[in-house]
Amino acid sequence: MGDINSSLWVALLAAAVLNGVPLLFGTVGEILSEKAGNLNLGVEGMMYTGGAMGLGAAFYYEGFAGAGANGIVAVLLALLFAFLGGAFGALIYSFLTVTLRANQNVTGLALTIFGTGLGQFIGEYMRRTSGGYVAIGNDLKAVFANSPFPAALQQLPVVGPVIFRHSIFLYIGLAIAITMAWFFRRTKAGLYLRAVGESPATADAAGINVTRYKYLATVIGGGISAIGGMVYIMTIAGCVWNHEGLSGEGWLAVALVIFCLWRPLNAIWGSVLFGGLMILYNYLSLPMVPTQIYRILPYVVTVIVLIITSLRNNREKQPPASLGNAYFREER
Amino acid sequence: MREGNTPLVRLAKRDAMPRGQVWAIRVGSFVLAILIGALIFLLLGHSPFQGYATILDGSLGKATVFRQTVRIAVPLLGTALAIAPCFKMRFWNIGAEGQITAGAVGASWLALFCADSIPGPVLLVLMAALGALFGGLWALVPAFFKARWGTNETLFTLMMNYIMIGIVRWLQGGPWEGRPGSQIIPEFADNALLPRVFGVHCGWIIVLVLTVLMFLYMKYTKQGYEIAVVGESENTARYAGMNVAKVVMRTMFLSGALSGLVGFIVVSGADGTLHAEVAAGVGFTAITVAWLAQLNPFAMIAISFLLGVLEKGSDTLQTRMEVPASISDIITGVFLFCMLGCEFFINYRLIFRKGRKEAAIHG
Amino acid sequence: MTALETVHAIELRHITKRFGQVVANDSVDLTLDRGQILSLLGENGSGKTTLMNMLSGIYRPDEGEILVEGKPVVIRSPKDAYDHGIGMIHQHFKLVDMFTAAENIALGLRGRGHDRRAVAAQVKAISDRYGFGIDPDKKVYDMSVSEKQTVEIVKVLYRGADILILDEPTAVLTPQETDRLFDILRAMKADGKAIVIITHKLHEVMAISDQVAVLRKGKYIGTVNTADTDPQALTEMMVGRAVSLNIDRPEAKYRDLRLEVKGLNCKNAEGVATLSDVGFQAFGGEILGIAGIAGSGQKELLEAIAGLQKAESGHVFYYPPHPKSDIAGNHVPVDKAGEELLGKTPAQIQKVGVALAFVPEDRLGMGLVGGMGMVDNMMLKTYKENPGPLVDRKPPRALAERLIEELEIVTPGVTAPVRRLSGGNVQKVLVGREIASQPTVLMTAYPVRGLDINSSYTIYRLLNEQKMKGVAVLLVGEDLDVLLELCDRILVLCGGRVSGVVDARTATKEEVGLLMTRVDQGEEGTVHA
Repeated sequence: MGDINSSLWVALLAAAVLNGVPLLFGTVGEILSEKAGNLNLGVEGMMYTGGAMGLGAAFYYEGFAGAGANGIVAVLLALLFAFLGGAFGALIYSFLTVTLRANQNVTGLALTIFGTGLGQFIGEYMRRTSGGYVAIGNDLKAVFANSPFPAALQQLPVVGPVIFRHSIFLYIGLAIAITMAWFFRRTKAGLYLRAVGESPATADAAGINVTRYKYLATVIGGGISAIGGMVYIMTIAGCVWNHEGLSGEGWLAVALVIFCLWRPLNAIWGSVLFGGLMILYNYLSLPMVPTQIYRILPYVVTVIVLIITSLRNNREKQPPASLGNAYFREER
Repeated sequence: MREGNTPLVRLAKRDAMPRGQVWAIRVGSFVLAILIGALIFLLLGHSPFQGYATILDGSLGKATVFRQTVRIAVPLLGTALAIAPCFKMRFWNIGAEGQITAGAVGASWLALFCADSIPGPVLLVLMAALGALFGGLWALVPAFFKARWGTNETLFTLMMNYIMIGIVRWLQGGPWEGRPGSQIIPEFADNALLPRVFGVHCGWIIVLVLTVLMFLYMKYTKQGYEIAVVGESENTARYAGMNVAKVVMRTMFLSGALSGLVGFIVVSGADGTLHAEVAAGVGFTAITVAWLAQLNPFAMIAISFLLGVLEKGSDTLQTRMEVPASISDIITGVFLFCMLGCEFFINYRLIFRKGRKEAAIHG
Repeated sequence: MTALETVHAIELRHITKRFGQVVANDSVDLTLDRGQILSLLGENGSGKTTLMNMLSGIYRPDEGEILVEGKPVVIRSPKDAYDHGIGMIHQHFKLVDMFTAAENIALGLRGRGHDRRAVAAQVKAISDRYGFGIDPDKKVYDMSVSEKQTVEIVKVLYRGADILILDEPTAVLTPQETDRLFDILRAMKADGKAIVIITHKLHEVMAISDQVAVLRKGKYIGTVNTADTDPQALTEMMVGRAVSLNIDRPEAKYRDLRLEVKGLNCKNAEGVATLSDVGFQAFGGEILGIAGIAGSGQKELLEAIAGLQKAESGHVFYYPPHPKSDIAGNHVPVDKAGEELLGKTPAQIQKVGVALAFVPEDRLGMGLVGGMGMVDNMMLKTYKENPGPLVDRKPPRALAERLIEELEIVTPGVTAPVRRLSGGNVQKVLVGREIASQPTVLMTAYPVRGLDINSSYTIYRLLNEQKMKGVAVLLVGEDLDVLLELCDRILVLCGGRVSGVVDARTATKEEVGLLMTRVDQGEEGTVHA
């Protein structure tokens, strides 16, 4: 039993899940935004901001509460501040693209510049003001990184390490992805939101407040994406500001949105796949294939998905029809 | 819901605004960005005046720092020029980052393996040509799929960036690695480095010449005319007998080639070697430069220089005022946001509610 | 219910709407009562749709007042309009392609959940009541045009609108479908609903409405009871004077075969046939009118000849002009008389001398580049002619200046974007340029769309001049009166087929009208089966 859990494949799968969790947040957040027609290329920036703010929240809370720091409070604060960090960036983006009708691509890129700068700045600032090293106590670290499930479950063969031996954030992420799929498919607000992304003029004519939906979807989506940055810092990077590791996560999330065809449920296995591809080189070395090449695989498969969907021209697998366009009612 | 009469503000498209007013709005947005930046300085406990003075002094104050500012602006300007024709064509090429890197790979290959056998000037010309070729071919891939099957170019070009960067990472740790285990590609030989003019590598001359050429290309050539027509309406272009697919692919090749040339300038002029971060976000920032300049090559000079000043100046902030250097990205972001937002007030007219009886309560 | 006699369901007072410099509605008054069908009549561009868009919350009036049930209201959005029971069926359907019929119908409905079964059940109930056959789970992108319209109507009914506005609902329908629609409208009228139908077709006005309100160039002309009027009187109200068009129809010196189309078949992107076995001949020195209800294949036919649309099968043979005619030798000689044009590129076809001036609904879509000035637009097809990589703007500039003078085009300058020109001037630019290319075949569609009378006559004169030179003119038009007076022969299209070719000198309007709506039974109208 124990043997199987320490086998290469189980370890790889478990690591894939671990590395997939930040992507899952980044992706489902961006799906929400894109479903409303807003292609927010600022995910990278929002994840940086969220990572830094989430770490900061836990760090300063611990400093403030001292030894009596409550792990749950710390997690909640980290979630909240990471969310706020991303939501702040997405709010700027929404104001510029929805209210002021600025170009979405360019605004998203500007947000990436701004957000990575802001994240780096906060991380750097914390490091300097606290004597060169931001560290969180081991107890708190454990709350962030350890599984909420009892040991017995975690010991189960295969499913233990792959499913139960993960931080609470995996399960939050799963809950968000499933809720979002249900929201799109079953609720009226979800229907309205998709209508806004497909055809804002139609939604407008139906009395749906296009502006409000675009703002809400983008801001909440940005917040969710940003949590992914925090999860990366707190579970993979060991609660230390690590801008190197975070670099590229946001772009990978943008790729994953395409890969999973704008469907939150696909994002679940998609993020595991991408997470696996990113760390595959640690586990598997094929002769002739250099390990660095593994890391471009997520982008390569995304390109292939893009090409295949455009080749097939399947109406069900296209981006939201108004993705990237600003809406102005009297413009006709 | 309907307590008011008509809403307070509504929008209408503007026909054309007088030039003076346009510039007043642009200057206004600039001032707003400066004020927000000042606020950031205040929040950090620094004097805004001192902050801005440091930025200006640190980027323009001395010949040495001025040269470094120019060095930052050169690739930005070059890449913005590269992107301009694509955007004019409404082809959202956000793959300049990868195209720069591809060009850098092409140039580096010659520099690393042929430097001994080819004399300096010829080598540099060949490096530039190969860099342009690599960048162009790399850009041609998404253009081909766009022209043939309508594959979304925004997402495709974006993905291509990371594929090329990944390839360089592999070169860096594999076939082109210098000392085994170093993960570093060796420095170029001297004859593969761009000569200096006034203390800065001569890339600045190249991009200034390109600025003029691009202006002429867009305005006075048949190809520039075709790009403009395709950008306005593909149907019209077809009606006019243009081969839209050909125009798209040719323009993307040109764009990628210019980005590739920038890659050559960076490796041969600034860095002296190839590494995965050779583009360093320039491909993305240049998009904002091109857009804010409204694709006008001469305006790009000013904007890329402004961003150069902000970046170099913020470096100085770090050393003199102990502010993390990443403040440069924050302030750059603020400037970009303000300038992006201001175009709205140029293109749209706000119509305020007229002083009706119902509305007059609050005066 | 006694209040109905004094309080109108809708009353518009002095509504004015401007778009930039253009006054689309100039102080319009209008009333609408329950249990009544009102036709809003006017020519293209008379401001009918704009006026109704202010009722449905798409636009807001710049001046004036809207009263619903006697109370002044502000309609800020389509949602507000629905709150007042106003629902509009737009000409361009407001449907989400990716959604099912039921999802589209459920859009914008208040109330709690989004219970598919409840929506489907109610949709079915409404469908059964009026005899619509719609499948609630069918995706809109799989639907035909008339199915989409049905969904639109059900949507409005489902939302409980009792004031319905239909914008040119019959433009896309077959006669049977139109009849069925009118039956439905009458049933709804009997239910006490107030209905506005926007149209410019007089026979429909007479058939369906109780009252007719007429707009002309944005101004309200008046309202009359349908029973008290006749088409002649309505036409006078609509155009301001009796229609005695008095368009010239000169005889050309030479009349020689120029184009021969045989067995032409085309399909659209969805694989639906747009042209079926189309065949006809066009002669130099003649204007061949092409008539048909909107979407009968007119656009596809012209585009296929111009090489802009791929044909599935068939032939388009070209015969060069009579050697003695004015236009002989203007263009690249063809290899042999009767050369096949299908399979050539648009550029090659242009070189032979086939010119296309298509004026789409937005007037700019194709043929002109809205963001460019006249100079740049003049060289759209000729920019390649001079040698070298640079464009030569001197000839197009001269041409632009010549056209401005000859056609009295009003523009701030030769470089001002043509998008900023008024509709009539834009069309003069387009048609003028095509004529300046000295074509041997001039194909033009809707060249007088939205033009005032004077500009229209200028265009007719230009077309006649071309004909006299020996050009073969193909004219797709909307107005049968014009086609009958201007053309030599009229080709009638119906559902992508040629339903007849008539001699315009002897044919009657009824005859052409009949051909336009002649449908092979069993092929169409499957929607309601």
